[in-house]
Amino acid sequence: MSTELSAGHVFQARVTLAQRWEQACFWLFRGATYLVLLCGAVVFLNIFVKGSRTVFQPTAPFINTAFFTESPESLHVFVWQGKKMEMGDREHRAFVAQHPEAAKIKTEDYVYSAGGIFPCIVGTVLLVVGSMTIALVLGVSAAVYLNEYARDGTFIRFVRLAILNLAGVPSIVFGLFGFGMFVLFFDWNVSLIAGWFTLAFMVLPVIITASEESLKAVPKGFREGSLALGATKWQTIRKNVLPYALPGILTSSILGIARVAGETAPIMFTAAYVVRDKLPWDVDKFSDFFFQGVMALPYHIYVVSSKIPQNEYTERVQYGTAFVFLLIVALIATTSIVLRNHLRNRYKW
Amino acid sequence: MVTASTLMETRSPAPNLRPTLPAAEAGRPAAPAAPAGQILIDIDHVDFFYGASQALHDINLKVEDKKVTAFIGPSGCGKSTLLRCLNRMNDLIDGTRVARGSIKIRGIDIHRRDVDVIELRKRVGMVFQKSNPFPKSIYENITYGLRLQGVSNKARLDEIVEKSLRGAALWDEVKDRLHASGLGLSGGQQQRLCIARAIAVEPEVILMDEPCSALDPIATAKVEELIHELKTRFTIVIVTHNMQQAARCSDKTAFFYMGRLIEYADTQTIFMNPGNPQTEAYVSGRFG
Ligand SMILES: Nc1ncnc2c1ncn2[C@@H]1O[C@H](COP(=O)(O)OP(=O)(O)OP(=O)(O)O)[C@@H](O)[C@H]1O
Ligand SMILES: [Mg+2]
Repeated sequence: MSTELSAGHVFQARVTLAQRWEQACFWLFRGATYLVLLCGAVVFLNIFVKGSRTVFQPTAPFINTAFFTESPESLHVFVWQGKKMEMGDREHRAFVAQHPEAAKIKTEDYVYSAGGIFPCIVGTVLLVVGSMTIALVLGVSAAVYLNEYARDGTFIRFVRLAILNLAGVPSIVFGLFGFGMFVLFFDWNVSLIAGWFTLAFMVLPVIITASEESLKAVPKGFREGSLALGATKWQTIRKNVLPYALPGILTSSILGIARVAGETAPIMFTAAYVVRDKLPWDVDKFSDFFFQGVMALPYHIYVVSSKIPQNEYTERVQYGTAFVFLLIVALIATTSIVLRNHLRNRYKW
Repeated sequence: MVTASTLMETRSPAPNLRPTLPAAEAGRPAAPAAPAGQILIDIDHVDFFYGASQALHDINLKVEDKKVTAFIGPSGCGKSTLLRCLNRMNDLIDGTRVARGSIKIRGIDIHRRDVDVIELRKRVGMVFQKSNPFPKSIYENITYGLRLQGVSNKARLDEIVEKSLRGAALWDEVKDRLHASGLGLSGGQQQRLCIARAIAVEPEVILMDEPCSALDPIATAKVEELIHELKTRFTIVIVTHNMQQAARCSDKTAFFYMGRLIEYADTQTIFMNPGNPQTEAYVSGRFG
């Protein structure tokens, strides 16, 4: 009796080597996950905390609207009647006009450290909208051709391989390509349209691959059913394939949007200006709109962080811009997700 | 020429399968002109290939107008392949070809260069084994084919929707939710919706590839009843693995084995008094 008890039953828990490994692996994986989470949290918190100092303010309306609506300006710092004054360029001019004696006071000037980033926001939104439009039109067309029309052969396999390789090309190389092709060869100069095409080519592989996946996910029965009713191939695709593939295509374009909005390298030679006084719609004739350079958020961060002397005022602009940038990407992504979910609920199978 | 004009008179707009000379080409003797209203589809010595592998060997079969013809035979014997030849759905598969012989519908070879395959498929509708309602409303499912043909008059669409759904014995079950998704229906209802969708475009022939294989006995009975009613208006070719079904609802039965047509006769004959020992063995359930 007693021996039986001490020996235990068949399911008696014992600490075996396998169990130790089990524990070790569990904690390793768990630890890795938490580490990732921690890094992400640190990055976001850092930008949020530092950026919110610029974007928010302690007094009503609590949001620093000037940062969103004004152009970048130089900051003038000087001592006035024993008080340290910090003023943007325009404010300083008005101040000098009011107090002529202030003109003689020596000021310390910091470029881009005052005002806001309105032109950068506008530029980035324009770049995203234009390049995504081009990329979606080209990418979805190519995906439809590859998936619905083309017969598998050596040529198509080669095309797919090329697309796959294109996805691995670093963004700076796209920048160089855009510079050589659009800016110099097509003579478009540094312009919105050159940036659009450069960015579009950069995200094309992602869009094509993902669109093809989404098209593949549409059951074959829908195509056959439609064709059997006397639809042409294009009617079938337009009415009975693309609508169902659209949610998937949108999902992929969300990733594309984040990339297009964020990449600095492709636009630094092709579309971005360090500074530009005019807003994009201040053009003499309509066609000029496409052939003007713009300011852009990621490039502005780059300029403010590397092209001007660093000082206590630059951080305000850097992190404020980064914060706004994240906000905008989040906003665009949320819109696409809502749109996608809406479509997905409409077409479920 | 008689054959072509009958084709024209039955459907008013756009005479399709163009009324030119019946095929007397390719060195083949033209099939003897069948009495109108008798033979609708004439499959004449057809060999069919998937790439290099031959799926059909020398098939010779005449489908009669306004009758139900059943294709039976063990799995892989080529029933679906032949069925899909009739509306050229096999064109969608790379590397397929009818290497020899011809398929004529009302005397017109459907592989002729001047045959518009779109028109052919409007005339020869298809119901698939796996019911495939589109993820759209019931109403949109039915009107899909009509809208393709440019019908956009609301009253006319409403009328055809009701007629087709009644024709498919589905009207009473769905009349209150025409604008709900077709995917919300039960399996049997979905298959009848697909039948309704096919008859909405008023084809002459309806091809059915195992339409009941995913249905329970009650839903199957409903579809079979439906087939009975439909045969007054349409010519039906049905593939089935269910012997009772073939016996119950078809007029003629073709038994296939290994890509060959073994026997083709009245359903009565095939089941009661088959002329071929293989057919006998198959219909009595001894192999297949
Ligand atoms: N897409 C295809 N490519 C190559 N071979 C095919 C293809 N579809 C069918 N086959 C071959 O053709 C032959 C006939 O197939 P088919 O689908 O017509 O048979 P079936 O009689 O309909 O069988 P089941 O009763 O199982 O549906 C089979 O040997 C099959 O392997
Ligand atoms: Mg089959």
